[in-house]
Amino acid sequence: MRFDKDLVAASATPLVLGILAEGESYGYAILKRVTELSGGRMQWTDGMLYPLLHRLERLGLVVASWGTSEAGRRRKHYAITPAGQEALAERQQQWSVVADVLQHVWHAAQASAPRPATADGWA
Amino acid sequence: MAGPHERLEAQIDQWRSYVQRRRAISAADVDEMEDHLRGRVADLVATGLDDDEAFLVAVRRMGNLDAVSREFAREHSERLWKQLVLVPEAPGHDAPGPTWRELAVVLALAVGAGVAAKVGLATIHEDTALLRNLPLLTAPFLAAYFAWKRRVPWRVLLALLVPYAVLAVVLNVYPYDTGGSTVLLAAIHAPVVLWALVGVTYVGGRWRAQEPRMDFARFTGELVVYVTLLAIGGGVLLGLTGATLSLVGVDIEPAMEGWILPFAVPGAVVVGAWLVEAKQDVVENIAPVLTRVFTPLTLVMLLVTLVVLLTAGDLAGADRELLILMDAILVLVLCLLLYSVSARDSLARAGWFDGLQLALVVAALAVDAVALTAMLTRIAEFGLSPNKAAALGLNLLLLVHLGRSGWLLLGFVRERRPFGALTRWQTRFLPVYAVWAALVVVAFGPLFAFA
Repeated sequence: MRFDKDLVAASATPLVLGILAEGESYGYAILKRVTELSGGRMQWTDGMLYPLLHRLERLGLVVASWGTSEAGRRRKHYAITPAGQEALAERQQQWSVVADVLQHVWHAAQASAPRPATADGWA
Repeated sequence: MAGPHERLEAQIDQWRSYVQRRRAISAADVDEMEDHLRGRVADLVATGLDDDEAFLVAVRRMGNLDAVSREFAREHSERLWKQLVLVPEAPGHDAPGPTWRELAVVLALAVGAGVAAKVGLATIHEDTALLRNLPLLTAPFLAAYFAWKRRVPWRVLLALLVPYAVLAVVLNVYPYDTGGSTVLLAAIHAPVVLWALVGVTYVGGRWRAQEPRMDFARFTGELVVYVTLLAIGGGVLLGLTGATLSLVGVDIEPAMEGWILPFAVPGAVVVGAWLVEAKQDVVENIAPVLTRVFTPLTLVMLLVTLVVLLTAGDLAGADRELLILMDAILVLVLCLLLYSVSARDSLARAGWFDGLQLALVVAALAVDAVALTAMLTRIAEFGLSPNKAAALGLNLLLLVHLGRSGWLLLGFVRERRPFGALTRWQTRFLPVYAVWAALVVVAFGPLFAFA
């Protein structure tokens, strides 16, 4: 499924913070987790994850440290900070309001949408 | 890793060098992305693809490199400082023209600033009036350069004209007492206001944005470096010429005062600004070195000052000039701090240099506290004068600025806060100085009866 760019941008921060809240991780693993959690329906452009992680690091929401991978290569690990936890909680509240409102709108739309179409006999 | 994956290794190497060419992406970022690429390739190979196919898919999944590097650029503007523009301009959107055209504009503006200075010198004969008006006459040429270079919209320029006109009117219409201190204060503070106006043109009118403000702080630091270099070079050249000419009985002094300095000084500033814009790569290597050399030296100087002040005894009776000098020292410390903050990679870990900087800020705060006490006792004893009010105001601003900087720096050194917090505090506080300077220029005259 293709997602609108703005929607991806808006949801990426809470998603990454949420995944890091599960425990320390690194870039590729975060991305795999996103694919896994969404059942493959959500796929990001891989490269875009890194500027986002760096922004979160600059804002102090995550801390990064260099370690080594199983193959012995340099790997940058990210962990969430207390400030990141706070930001995540705040985002969570905002998103649940948005999801809630959208739910209502979908219901309302479903309840009222089909009727005019059939009543007028146009379609 | 020779053998079966040799081809893959070669491809990854090639990809690395291709990515590394983007200036917004640092070597560490490439390492990070390479780790990602390898992870993706390994997973794809595990699903049955061969190395070539897996590599192609993995690179494709990484995304359009232009777009990715633009995202990196947005996040790491300090890396792109050397590239002049944050995002490469779209083709068809013609750039400010070839280099020779820019050079022509710069030279014309430099000569224009010189002519303005010369006209000022020829028509204004009173010293303080000259001091008040020379920055007013020359600043527009520097602003014009940035207005041209950044294509500042007309409405921004018109909006800038208003404070400029107010400044010009206030400086020339107020019935200042010649030889009084309000006139000198106005003359000293007006350039700060003018510099803020130049800053608005430098950031292309986006004066609310925080990031460009840091660029302007960086620019100011580098401009000082360049103008100093130009001044030293020019001084040596003039000294040698003067010495040679004096041997054949020609005195260079009148030409020096009448023509060379009025053209050379404003011209050097405009040309210096152009050099900073054009040759940022060079200075980029100097800035961190300069701050690393001068931070420890300044710390020593501050400690010596502090010890001398504390052992000097009664500071209320201390010379007024001492307090003014201390303000100057603190402003210098602040400039140094700002310059090093602007040149630092915001993602780098806290190191010994940050500790040193914290020590510098703490020492400056101690000096500031001593200066403030001395100032307050003087005010209690002799009453408030325009000079004391200006010095006190500046001192309080410095106290707030340095105090919070120290607090944020402490948080950063203890790894409780990101470096970005310190950067944001600097850029947020900078306009306060311009406002204070404007207040001194506009209000101090009437408040103190133009004494």
